[in-house]
Amino acid sequence: MTALAESALTAVETIPIEPENLPAAVGELLRGGGRMQMAYAWYSAPGRPELRYIGSRGQKEDFFMWRCVPRGGAVPSVTPISPLLGWYEREIADLFGIEFLGHPEPKRLVLHEGVRSIAPPFDPAYPIDTPLPFEPAESGLPEIEGPDVQRLPFGPVRADVVESVELIFLYVGERILHFHPQLFFKHRGMEKRFEGRSLAHCALLAERVSGVGSFAHALAFCQAVEQAAGLTVPPRARMLRSLLAELERLYNHLHYFGHLAHTTTLKVGEAEGKLLEERAKQINGRLAGSRFLRGLLIPGGLRRDLDPTPWLSGELERMREEIAVYLAMLENTNSHLDRLMTTGILAHEVAFDQGATGPIQRASGFDRDLRRDHPYAAYGELPLVVPVMTAGDAHARAQVRAAEVDASVALIQRILLLLKDGPVRVECSPPAYSEGLGWAESPRGSLFYAVHIAADGTPSRVKIKSPSFSNWRVFPFTVHDTNMMDYAINEASFGLTVAGCDR
Amino acid sequence: MPFWTFFGLQKGKATTPWPRRDQATGQEGVFGMPRFEPERCAPECSECAAICPTTAITVQPGRNGKDRLAVDYGRCVVCQLCVEACPADAAHASFDWAFGVRDRTQLILSDDVAAIDESPKERQSQDGFRRSLHIRHVDAGSCNGCESELQALNNPFYNLHRLGIFFTPSPRFADLLLVTGPVTYAMHEPLRRAYEAMPAPRWVMAVGTCAVSGGVAGGGYACGNGLEGVLPVDVYLPGCPPNPAAIIEALLMFLGRIPQKVKGGRVVS
Repeated sequence: MTALAESALTAVETIPIEPENLPAAVGELLRGGGRMQMAYAWYSAPGRPELRYIGSRGQKEDFFMWRCVPRGGAVPSVTPISPLLGWYEREIADLFGIEFLGHPEPKRLVLHEGVRSIAPPFDPAYPIDTPLPFEPAESGLPEIEGPDVQRLPFGPVRADVVESVELIFLYVGERILHFHPQLFFKHRGMEKRFEGRSLAHCALLAERVSGVGSFAHALAFCQAVEQAAGLTVPPRARMLRSLLAELERLYNHLHYFGHLAHTTTLKVGEAEGKLLEERAKQINGRLAGSRFLRGLLIPGGLRRDLDPTPWLSGELERMREEIAVYLAMLENTNSHLDRLMTTGILAHEVAFDQGATGPIQRASGFDRDLRRDHPYAAYGELPLVVPVMTAGDAHARAQVRAAEVDASVALIQRILLLLKDGPVRVECSPPAYSEGLGWAESPRGSLFYAVHIAADGTPSRVKIKSPSFSNWRVFPFTVHDTNMMDYAINEASFGLTVAGCDR
Repeated sequence: MPFWTFFGLQKGKATTPWPRRDQATGQEGVFGMPRFEPERCAPECSECAAICPTTAITVQPGRNGKDRLAVDYGRCVVCQLCVEACPADAAHASFDWAFGVRDRTQLILSDDVAAIDESPKERQSQDGFRRSLHIRHVDAGSCNGCESELQALNNPFYNLHRLGIFFTPSPRFADLLLVTGPVTYAMHEPLRRAYEAMPAPRWVMAVGTCAVSGGVAGGGYACGNGLEGVLPVDVYLPGCPPNPAAIIEALLMFLGRIPQKVKGGRVVS
């Protein structure tokens, strides 16, 4: 095993920091070419909330964590310096009741306006398993002035078979002045469900946070627990994990092209994309017993061995040829390209400041991919192609995914050649009061699980950072000041899920 | 673009003839609900009940004083942990995914299938809707797994339209409300409004274990336990998620076009 492959298992360095020093420290990190990743809260002891800020000092530098104990239930907000932390701070305010002084948008995020709770749901004072008291209320929107400005609320129950989210447009004629996606109708409190459950159950829960990211979620969770336990899973399990993660990328990206063709009204293109997605899902079912690759992962490896040889290689090669023809035809269809080019441009700076991830940031000129920069599973031993585009429009986002489909199939074929017999599971029992951070480059971007283990070996806190949480924050910046006709195409080009964001 | 037309023609028909003929469902290798043979259970063993993440399996006192296995498939998330945990070969993986039923009690494993009464609901027919059913879908907090499979229904392989079943944007045109998810606190009201906007006769189908009983997400501070106590349910289809063929079978069963396969928690036909 190479040194790179082991790096994911080394513990994340934690550094104590005083609340008043946070803004200066974040500023210094950014000036030095570093990046903030996320923030979350947990109770290090009953009644003692602690904040964690995760960042890295450079692209391939290991992640580190600042730990910070709020003073009198408050800390200074660092959102004005690192805007991508804005949603994390609002989430912590909702769920833990911690105040962020000087936050530019001190509003509810995860909990809807109208929740009237005696205590925040993660506060030990909150009565366990009690439903939140709730009276639906208006969410705060900008004041409308001009007489011609119209307000269009669309959802949360929308046309077609789609996830629940309310899209609110303030517009004049065709022109969108302001766009606000009211998310978190689907907030299920999933993070709380992990607490005190066995690790096997937690892996099942992770699979059910975002259905089309089942494998990546369970993988990031398992890797967090394995890091806490300080163990390395056997080589065959690592190879199979990479193989399954690429199969997940494959069916997701194929769905993406079918759906994108739907929004540009390219009927045959839509049908072909969705048929290829179906075939990829059927391959999943045949290989894993689940079209969503569920029921395989467990901290310590895989629950059972799989036999992907000899049939998978031939099946994928046939698909690869058809996919190549399909994607080339899309790239030769003027009516399709006309709708994608210059639609929903995400500027490089906005992508960085607001925390865009995955194919979205790679289409705006960022050469970042957790598989290569912070290798896990078997990625440290595999050649990886990371496509990057700079236009930042819907077309660039599609081109990045097209190149990733090709790279995924090549990776799977390589893994099938390298796959050797061996055990796929080792015992995994993390010590009491240990913690771990796991990550995965899911089809939609960076996914993080932070896991804290209690005295009995079960999680006392699990924080989930899904890629769609990052990209939903970015998305409205590409919608303000555009037109209605482009909206559906732009949304499809982002490939967002709501379940992962809302949790 | 004319080449798309040629491409489509050249590709030919991608749709499976199933369920019209005995053809491929497309679900080769996809696990369904586990099968149980309680008579094989080791004495005093409750391994499967202990490992079940949703308490679908419990051990309850039987009539003759002996403990007996009780299984509620309406709570099963098809995780296969019980199959792996069983030391006595009494739990087996199966491909029984066509678990759509009209009556919730039919999802509970019973030793005596013959004694199960057909509920009055079972004889009620949806005449007049058999070849024209319009569905309004509402996501009440799912993980998006069920939506992914519902979206697959209109891909060329399943091509739901050919069966005279359609999704409609407006509840005003809908006959059937198809609900996924455990019903979060914020989706409770929009779901109820969608139902109230539907004209009579109207029916409700719970798709996925979350909608049937809450699944792994049910309860807690933000979720209900599916449609229990929220809306009257006419068809239950557990699964995590149910695959597209299972959804089609449940819809055809509801329309009286194929018989219900599951009685007393067992596949009978």
